[in-house]
Amino acid sequence: MSRTATAMSSRPQAPDGVPAVEVADLTKEFLRRDKRAGRFKRRRRVAALKGVSFTIKRGECVAILGQNGSGKSTLVRLLSTLLLHDGGSAYVFGHDVFTDPRSVRRLVNRVSVEASFFKRMSSGENLSYAARFYGMTASETRTRIPEILERVGFPSARRNEPMEDLSRGMQQKVALARALLTSPVLLLLDEPTTGLDPRSKLEVQDFIRDIRAANDVTILLCTHDLHEAEEIAERVGILDGGELLILEDADELKRHYEVSTLEEAFFKATGKSFEQEQADENGGGT
Amino acid sequence: MRGASVGLRSELIGLGGIVERNAYLVKRYVWWEVAFFLWTVANTLTIVFIAEGVEASGGQLDVNRQTTVLLIGAVIWAYLGIIFEILTETVAWERWEGTIEYTFMAPLSRTVHLLGMGIFAVAYGVVRAGLLFAAIAWFFNLEMPSANFAGALVVLAVASVSFVGIGMMTAVLPLISPEKGTQLGFIAQGLLLVVSGIYYSVDVLPRPMQLVAVISPATYALEGIRDAILEGAGVGSLWGEIWPLILIGVISIPLGLAVFRRGERYAKQHGKLKRSG
Repeated sequence: MSRTATAMSSRPQAPDGVPAVEVADLTKEFLRRDKRAGRFKRRRRVAALKGVSFTIKRGECVAILGQNGSGKSTLVRLLSTLLLHDGGSAYVFGHDVFTDPRSVRRLVNRVSVEASFFKRMSSGENLSYAARFYGMTASETRTRIPEILERVGFPSARRNEPMEDLSRGMQQKVALARALLTSPVLLLLDEPTTGLDPRSKLEVQDFIRDIRAANDVTILLCTHDLHEAEEIAERVGILDGGELLILEDADELKRHYEVSTLEEAFFKATGKSFEQEQADENGGGT
Repeated sequence: MRGASVGLRSELIGLGGIVERNAYLVKRYVWWEVAFFLWTVANTLTIVFIAEGVEASGGQLDVNRQTTVLLIGAVIWAYLGIIFEILTETVAWERWEGTIEYTFMAPLSRTVHLLGMGIFAVAYGVVRAGLLFAAIAWFFNLEMPSANFAGALVVLAVASVSFVGIGMMTAVLPLISPEKGTQLGFIAQGLLLVVSGIYYSVDVLPRPMQLVAVISPATYALEGIRDAILEGAGVGSLWGEIWPLILIGVISIPLGLAVFRRGERYAKQHGKLKRSG
């Protein structure tokens, strides 16, 4: 049994025979200050997700591509029970995300673009208290934390150093360890390699592949790294302006848009050129 | 039945996690804690010196007794400040660090989450208040020959339930207003104490403020602790202060949880449950 498999041995039970994720017509709007209203602080509703529907099978890895503001993070935060929806439905292993969030929380963990830790606390301390929230005792974490940190390639000599003294790549490895420590059956990865140096990026990507191979983990990977999506995921979706335009395996997606690369497919699907995409990003988004 | 016991065990471990996290934070910021304690000592001295100041300017008063009255008020102010700070600031701090998303998506009930913060706040606050009281009493060489410290601690413990309940209500403020929510918590602390006879008798307040004092737990906490320390009142004779505190506590904890849940729902609806730093 691999170390990763050992670390994930006491994982929460997910029911068989139901999709890992089932999202239907999911809608989310936010109130935003209307810049056109001038000095009067009028607010308008801005759709972050517009009737998104998809299903992820157990054990599958699905990547959702989209530029900043396309709704990727909103989707992840909805599935993480951190947002309430405005319409549609979302189920994680048959549990309603909005009416039964506690059952969902036992099954899910996430890694986001920001590692997010108490910066003065060490990696060991951050992992230790976080594991308690998932019912892990001190005797369990005493062995599992060193095990999982070693597995993600975190040097044991630095385990007592404050997080603020670690590089961003190191912090992201600890974030992966935190997510895996609680043995999730659904892992939500929201741009986990954005901003990492090439070496750290490859290490994190290798680790994601590794845990997929060793464990029965379903992964939803939101990214704007087209290469990462194609390399890691079985199916790739394109989210643009809150709409899921397509969700197919990478080859089928290229065939659909009659192009030879995922990059070309992405631009053809969104109907924008690379220059427009850059301009949109510079102009900010939701 | 077994499922319920596993669930309860898991929640208790989670509660331990909240206490553990706050203990790590105190350890990692220990010199800031020392600096903040010294500031509280200085702040308390500025208030407690008032009794000697009044005598020096020709006023007639029992300096030892009045100094003790002021000291109790200042210590309760500092104690309440710590309770509110730990409950309110922790949410604000989690927003700043970004850990708030991970804490709020963990399978820990909000009741246990907030109670864990309350338990740590009370434990830390009692130790800090005890040190503050001892330091100032030593500095002024205060004499408390008939003091019943055990009775005072019982009143403080019962009052703490209400303080934690009110703290839960203020803890939601940084979720609703990331920029100003924490400061609103301090305002709540000030309003609570101004009507509760913090450095004076409630009798000197205008009638409308006296009416508000009736529902403030700090009123009964201050009266009870002063009776215990100055008059040596035992738990039996403090019952007049203890039963209103129990009543307010029984109401304030569920009310605090309900207010927090409502605020959390608002934050989830409007996308405010996320990092701000």
